[in-house]
Amino acid sequence: MSALATLDGKRMGLHRKRKLTNVIALALALGAMAFGLFWLIWILVETVRLGLGGLGLSLFTESTPPPQAEVGGLANAIVGSLIMVSLATALGTPIGVMAGIYLAEYGKRGWLGAVTGFINDILLSAPSIVIGLFIYAAVVAKFKTFSGFAGVLALALIVIPVVVRTTENMLSLIPNALREAAYALGTPKWKVISSVTLKAARAGVITGVMLAFARIAGETAPLLFTALSNQFFTANLGEPMASLPVTIFKFAMSPYENWQKLAWAGVFLITIGVLALNILARVLFRNKA
Amino acid sequence: MAATLPASRYDERVKMERATPGGSPPGRKRVWPWADAAFSMLAHGAAWVTLLLLVGIIVSLFVGALPAIQEFGLGFLVSTEWDPVQLKFGGLVMIYGTLMTSFIALLIAVPVSFGIAIFLTELSPLWLKRPLGVAIELLAAVPSIVYGMWGLLVFGPILSTYVQQPLQGAFAGVPLLGTLFSGPPVGIGILSAGIILAIMIIPFIAAVMRDVFETTPAMLKESAYGLGSTTWEVVSKVVLPYTKTGVVGAIMLGLGRALGETMAVTFVIGNFNQLDSLSLFQAANSITSALANEFAEAGEGLHQAALIYLGLILFFITFVVLACSKLLLSRLRRGEGGRS
Repeated sequence: MSALATLDGKRMGLHRKRKLTNVIALALALGAMAFGLFWLIWILVETVRLGLGGLGLSLFTESTPPPQAEVGGLANAIVGSLIMVSLATALGTPIGVMAGIYLAEYGKRGWLGAVTGFINDILLSAPSIVIGLFIYAAVVAKFKTFSGFAGVLALALIVIPVVVRTTENMLSLIPNALREAAYALGTPKWKVISSVTLKAARAGVITGVMLAFARIAGETAPLLFTALSNQFFTANLGEPMASLPVTIFKFAMSPYENWQKLAWAGVFLITIGVLALNILARVLFRNKA
Repeated sequence: MAATLPASRYDERVKMERATPGGSPPGRKRVWPWADAAFSMLAHGAAWVTLLLLVGIIVSLFVGALPAIQEFGLGFLVSTEWDPVQLKFGGLVMIYGTLMTSFIALLIAVPVSFGIAIFLTELSPLWLKRPLGVAIELLAAVPSIVYGMWGLLVFGPILSTYVQQPLQGAFAGVPLLGTLFSGPPVGIGILSAGIILAIMIIPFIAAVMRDVFETTPAMLKESAYGLGSTTWEVVSKVVLPYTKTGVVGAIMLGLGRALGETMAVTFVIGNFNQLDSLSLFQAANSITSALANEFAEAGEGLHQAALIYLGLILFFITFVVLACSKLLLSRLRRGEGGRS
């Protein structure tokens, strides 16, 4: 009897111990989730709190001021960013989409497809400052001048892997029956891809382009020694061009109060813009796909 | 009789070719006979561009770094001297800064991401799964410059007052910890950079780990639950062993990101080119922050070459880490394909 009782007790003890371990582990998981969200909320709250103070119409109409000036805005940086990011997206997207098509439709077996897919995933996470170094060596050093054009090239090189990855993933989701049906009608391959598979994957591909746009809108490192920065308004790609992230970097590290205030306003703009694009991309993709 | 019949009722021209297994279309007379070839060429060309991009990066970095490589050789890796005036360069300070900040980041980020992934796959109620997943992904989308500025102006001062000063007070005389916590407690330095990096890479690792955990077949988990396992036992004894290559891959991916991150580190590491103590509070320098701060102003010649040499080293390290990560993750995916 007593032997059975101790066995029972042991069993219950083990049971309690397992239960306890479980509760502790799950509580820690819950804590980790809260920890992750805590930073997101803290950063967003601070960005909004400090950024709203610098908002105003002059932010969009005035160029970057000298230190300790009364007025000033970020107009040149905002326009510079928009120009460079748009051109880079326009330049990188066709190459990225075509390479994605290659991976999904042509290179499924064959070494080029495997190698390209592998390299692309590495480029996707490669340090962006190294891309800046590459463009510096290939373009800036050749032409002996920092230029908006070099900045566009550097950003375009970051767009390509992002677009390649999403295009390939989206095309791979298209059922083969769709392709076979088109082939059965005698459609040539290029027509199958451009009017059937790519069309079916359209929402996903556009999502990828938007995510790429959002990604490069916040990139600073590759612009530091390609586009450099410019205190004045310019739309000339041949000369150094201001961009929002580089201006924020310069202003935030400075001791001047008016510059820091502008930097917070810039951070606010970038954060809101990037998050809005990300959310929009997700909503768009969910509705279409 | 039979001999008079033609061998086939179709002549060669009309006969349809069989589609190849690769899926290329049957040969037919086409409206634009060149369109297929042109399209295929464009696609091939774009794939080659991606490959050449990598080759271009490696070659141009190597050529740019050549003067420094010839001058300092591999001794560059172990020398701490960085003197742009006398043109004496060594990269150990920056390499140490990069590795140490990434190490601290992983130390914090791995357990937290693991917890988040467990929460998202096993604990979260269904209606919360998607919003929380999206929130974590949004955290990954916030530009690094935002983390950097927030780290310098908001987080740094708080870290200094509420963490660094008490720690210093508590461990002042203790041998090892005392050294680690020595130095100016100003909220700038290796520790701050590591923490900011951790916050940045948590969403990357968590999102990949979640995807990896979700590859575990439901039947395996249900069998374990059916035997009376607790949730933790299912995670630690079923899910984790099944996905361990993927988990390591996810961690390597985060490491790759941490090593190459520029802005978040540049803001808070302090940009100080000396390595005179192991203190975590000491301002230091990483490869990326040295490049961000010095490159545009560096004179052509040895200074620039030395910086490019650093960039080459960084690219090499991240390339190896990311390649390992990719191989591990794709091994998991292949295994999954084999079982289904």
